[in-house]
Amino acid sequence: MAVTEENPGYKWVGTRPIRPDGLEKVTGKARFGADLVLPGMLYGKVVRSPHAHARILSIDTSAAESMEGVKAVITGDDFPDLAANGAHPSDVDVANNTIARDKVLYEGHVVAAVAAITREQAEAAAKAVEVTYEVLPHVLTVDEAMADDAPLLHEGMITKGVDPAPEEPSNIASKILHERGDLEQGFGEADAVVEREFTTKPVHQGYIEPHAAVADSNSDGRANIWCSSQGHFQMRAYTATVLGVSPGTLKVTAAEIGGGFGGKTVIYLEPLAVRPSQRAGRPVKLVMDRDEVFRATGPTSGTRIKVKMGVSKDGKITAAEVWMAYEAGAFAGSPVGAAGMTAIACYDIPNFVVEGYDVVCNKPRVAAYRAPGAPMAAFAVESVLDELARNIEMYAIDIRLANAAVEGTQAAYGPKFPRIGFVETLEAIKDHPNYTTELGPNQGRGVAAGFWFNAGMMSSATVHVNENGTATVVTGSPDIGGSRQSMALMAAEELGIPYESIKPVVADTETVGFNDVTGGSRVTLATGAAVVDACRLIVEDLRARAAKTWDVELDQVEWVDGQAQHVEGAQPPLSLNDLAAKSGRTGGPISANASLNSRGVGAGFSTQLCDVEVDPETGVTRIVRYLTAQDAGRAISPDYVEGQMQGGVVQGIGWALNEEYIHDTEGVMENPSFLDYRMPVASDLPMIDCSIVEVPNPAHPYGVRGVGEVGIVPPMAAVGNAIHDAVNVRMTELPMSPVKVLEALNAHDE
Amino acid sequence: MPRTHITTVINGDETEFLTEDGTSLLNALRDEVGLTGAKEGCGTGDCGACSILVDDRVTCSCLMFAPEADGTTILTVEGLADSGDLHPLQQCFLEGAALQCGICTPGFLMAAKALLDKNPDPTETEIRYALAGNLCRCTGYDKIIRAVQEAALEMRGK
Amino acid sequence: MKYVAPSSVEEATSLLSASPSAQVFAGATDVVPQLRAGRPAPELLVDLKKIEELVSLKSDDNKWTVGAATPTAYLTEDEAFSHEFPGLSEAAGLIGSDQIQNRSSLGGNLCNASPAADSVPAMVVNGVRAVVAGPSGTRVLDVSEVVTGPGQTSLDDDEFIVEFEIDNMPARSGDAYLRMIPRTEMDIAVVGAGARVTLADDGSIEQAALALAAVAPTVIRIPDAEDALVGTTADDATLDAVAAAASEACDPIDDKRGTVAYRKQVAGVLAKRAVLIAIERAEQRNGTN
Repeated sequence: MAVTEENPGYKWVGTRPIRPDGLEKVTGKARFGADLVLPGMLYGKVVRSPHAHARILSIDTSAAESMEGVKAVITGDDFPDLAANGAHPSDVDVANNTIARDKVLYEGHVVAAVAAITREQAEAAAKAVEVTYEVLPHVLTVDEAMADDAPLLHEGMITKGVDPAPEEPSNIASKILHERGDLEQGFGEADAVVEREFTTKPVHQGYIEPHAAVADSNSDGRANIWCSSQGHFQMRAYTATVLGVSPGTLKVTAAEIGGGFGGKTVIYLEPLAVRPSQRAGRPVKLVMDRDEVFRATGPTSGTRIKVKMGVSKDGKITAAEVWMAYEAGAFAGSPVGAAGMTAIACYDIPNFVVEGYDVVCNKPRVAAYRAPGAPMAAFAVESVLDELARNIEMYAIDIRLANAAVEGTQAAYGPKFPRIGFVETLEAIKDHPNYTTELGPNQGRGVAAGFWFNAGMMSSATVHVNENGTATVVTGSPDIGGSRQSMALMAAEELGIPYESIKPVVADTETVGFNDVTGGSRVTLATGAAVVDACRLIVEDLRARAAKTWDVELDQVEWVDGQAQHVEGAQPPLSLNDLAAKSGRTGGPISANASLNSRGVGAGFSTQLCDVEVDPETGVTRIVRYLTAQDAGRAISPDYVEGQMQGGVVQGIGWALNEEYIHDTEGVMENPSFLDYRMPVASDLPMIDCSIVEVPNPAHPYGVRGVGEVGIVPPMAAVGNAIHDAVNVRMTELPMSPVKVLEALNAHDE
Repeated sequence: MPRTHITTVINGDETEFLTEDGTSLLNALRDEVGLTGAKEGCGTGDCGACSILVDDRVTCSCLMFAPEADGTTILTVEGLADSGDLHPLQQCFLEGAALQCGICTPGFLMAAKALLDKNPDPTETEIRYALAGNLCRCTGYDKIIRAVQEAALEMRGK
Repeated sequence: MKYVAPSSVEEATSLLSASPSAQVFAGATDVVPQLRAGRPAPELLVDLKKIEELVSLKSDDNKWTVGAATPTAYLTEDEAFSHEFPGLSEAAGLIGSDQIQNRSSLGGNLCNASPAADSVPAMVVNGVRAVVAGPSGTRVLDVSEVVTGPGQTSLDDDEFIVEFEIDNMPARSGDAYLRMIPRTEMDIAVVGAGARVTLADDGSIEQAALALAAVAPTVIRIPDAEDALVGTTADDATLDAVAAAASEACDPIDDKRGTVAYRKQVAGVLAKRAVLIAIERAEQRNGTN
């Protein structure tokens, strides 16, 4: 592990104990979304559109309603018409994506839902719902959607971000633009210029747990919801919006969540479980099948990206021009905004134009996926940079070092970077033995870098000291990959008591203050800061109690190693245990709350080194060796920091080599299964070597930056650059499947 | 439709349940027996989250019809620990941080147990191929492979 | 759907004759995903695994007999079988994960009638025979006669395969199976190639068999490639001819798993590679069988 900051001698932060929720998860006791069973519970099933684009002429539910065991059938008409009520357009989109009203906009779009006594009855009833459609022409890609005579998904969509606003509607929801300097002058100063066009396909987050929700409604309109999500407060807000009720009428409890990667920050099932539960007066469980997960949730955007960059002989980037179009799926909101901000953020570039378009098409509405928008842009930019380095005969790492953003660099998207660790990740790669390991025949080595902002947002925490001096740390951030451990480690450090004495809890929406979603690499940063704040309030309270007990001034008491000590040693120390046992005599229960808007994010950088071997006769690429270096700021929980780094890399490798949405000409997904979607399996991979770089974020009490996302940004370019190094073909299309690589090799030979 | 009566031994206990014939063993275990440790990730045998041992062989319980279980001996993740003492695989998964979200963990543990029962000293490649039927989207497999190696070492030492 | 598990071939055939909508199955590793994908449910699910002959693996001086529902894991775990037919054992071992291997069977892999079935080219080159039971007794078919098209077999609705017979591998012979998949596991073959050769005393090829999967509606033999090999030592020119013949014989489709051009090109590559492995194995068994 590369440590670039002096170790401040923490007792718990940076250690590798067993996670607090581990035992339940290795013994099968942990309750995930689909595991809850309530007395009298009904099983639900959703009815989905078989068409990519169609008008709903009629829905006949009578046959389904009369079937044995069926207790409720609902359609879009059973929900308030938010558009007619003048709701915010983004809320209208959430509602219309949850269940279609007039038109279906993608294959898999929900049109109805049923609830019945048994699973089989629900499935039979769902098949009996008769929907009459008028099939409409559809568009599947940005090219089709942006064509002049393209059929429109939303008749009223006027492109935002264009001045003056266009008069005619289109499928372009918005335009973004970032520019600086003089592009023409920049390219004029260049000694080498490379221009390339790239395409990528939609890919799915691929969490192993399908979406699941259980709702239990009362006759007074209140409802309890259990669901696996990345943020039960967010689920409450969205569900209340779709149902047209006050959020306070809904209580949402977070089930354990079986992976999300951004894809569980949005709602799909919750309102569709609540409404039938209200009708039937019984709990309703809805669980998606895998093919529903593929057809109707996630994915992230397919894209087309053009990049032109120029460098001088000494490797300085003189100009960059980036044009990008991102599929949003059925409703506005692709991550093209973040893509535009991140595309060239690693580098200090004097002249650039970055232009992007958010384009709707007849595919499922895109959802966040790990550093949303950044990986595709990085694939394009980092591939072009690789080619430029070759053209001027410079090492790939060195061209990045020559242009790397550092503290004070004005980021392409606006602000000046505070202290960041990009250069340190580049140096960590250079220092690693993988960098100089000899390559075999048909093997190649590629480098790529990535940037992600990391999010802050709002978090709350409550800390209770129990009567025996242990503590319960309550947050509202679902633990998706070990965050309970990082909360417990920071609380142990602050309170000075053993990690094992801390019990971290993820509480429901009525038990703890508001928390934004578990996403944006924000939980250890922001919820962690709330935990630290609450612990510090506890320590202040404990010092005050000790001062009162000793009848001394507060400044005579310090908190060291989990006990109150008199600064001059005039009193025997009082441990947390002592103070907790006597809390009734010193002011009552010891408890503190902290809620905050994050005080400052710490940008994350990752540099990765990939070795591949390409079979020149079949086009198959195997990953031989892989190294990732990432600035964590501070690794509170190194085990789970490495886990995030490795997991992000492997998702990126899947994206690079095999994963893609395949649609037929009718807009029907052809590969909605793990068999044909082809995520990486264990035998596809080597160990993923990690180098944790620690350049602390000055805005966090422990220097945390957040680590969840940036690891997925470099892999596609790292793999593509390695393929080029191995067999001398430049891959510009994802996935770089055997078919595509062999085509490129054949074209190269001709 | 009349339901079929099934008698099995599950995690050491004789267990009876009723099921519709077309129901998967996975759904029968989860809904009728109340053992929710095995998970459905795909329902088509592609992810391994539902892995259990049937007569000592690892199988996807989503691909078995529940009536096929009649007369068999089944081990699920809930039966892996020996009256509270964790199996070395469970302990090594915990110590090696071989899980993030944990949804795939029961399936990995059962597949890894089947491997180590058959091959106590597998190579890294053998482990990777033996676990290729189990998808994990969080970890990149690195720490899972290491945990299985560690458990194998420990079990050979006993 | 009603589940039945007959304990004899006769009981099974009479159940099938009596029920117009019955589905026989062994491991159900294809049946369950097909039902989930919306295939109409049969009235009767007939589990063949309780019939003794169908789950067995035995050999005598002349041949091996493999029960049609025998889990493929039994084949790959059997050292003698895997030594005798390494290519067939490896092909059987490629059908899915360990979890699938404990359920999947040669009979199921064949009768599912997928053009991409891994075990079929290896069975074809080894001249495997299928013993088929029906209401009027049993008949024996060459494995290559069973599948007639995607999802189609020459078996009647009340027939099923009881077991496979495989003559022992002759001296100086070897088999091999290779498939191309984008990942390393858990995929359907984009191209599969099975080969078997028998060498003459002088080391030249006396007999050759080559079969390809996933490049035509059914698994196909490549007679031109076989003819090209016989009498040679598989020098580079011969192997190029084998590859060309293999590519030429392909009649594949463009689908989500591969393109026509890719399949044709890679069929040639795998054909060549499979032949070389078969030759190497034949040389190793030279006189020692």
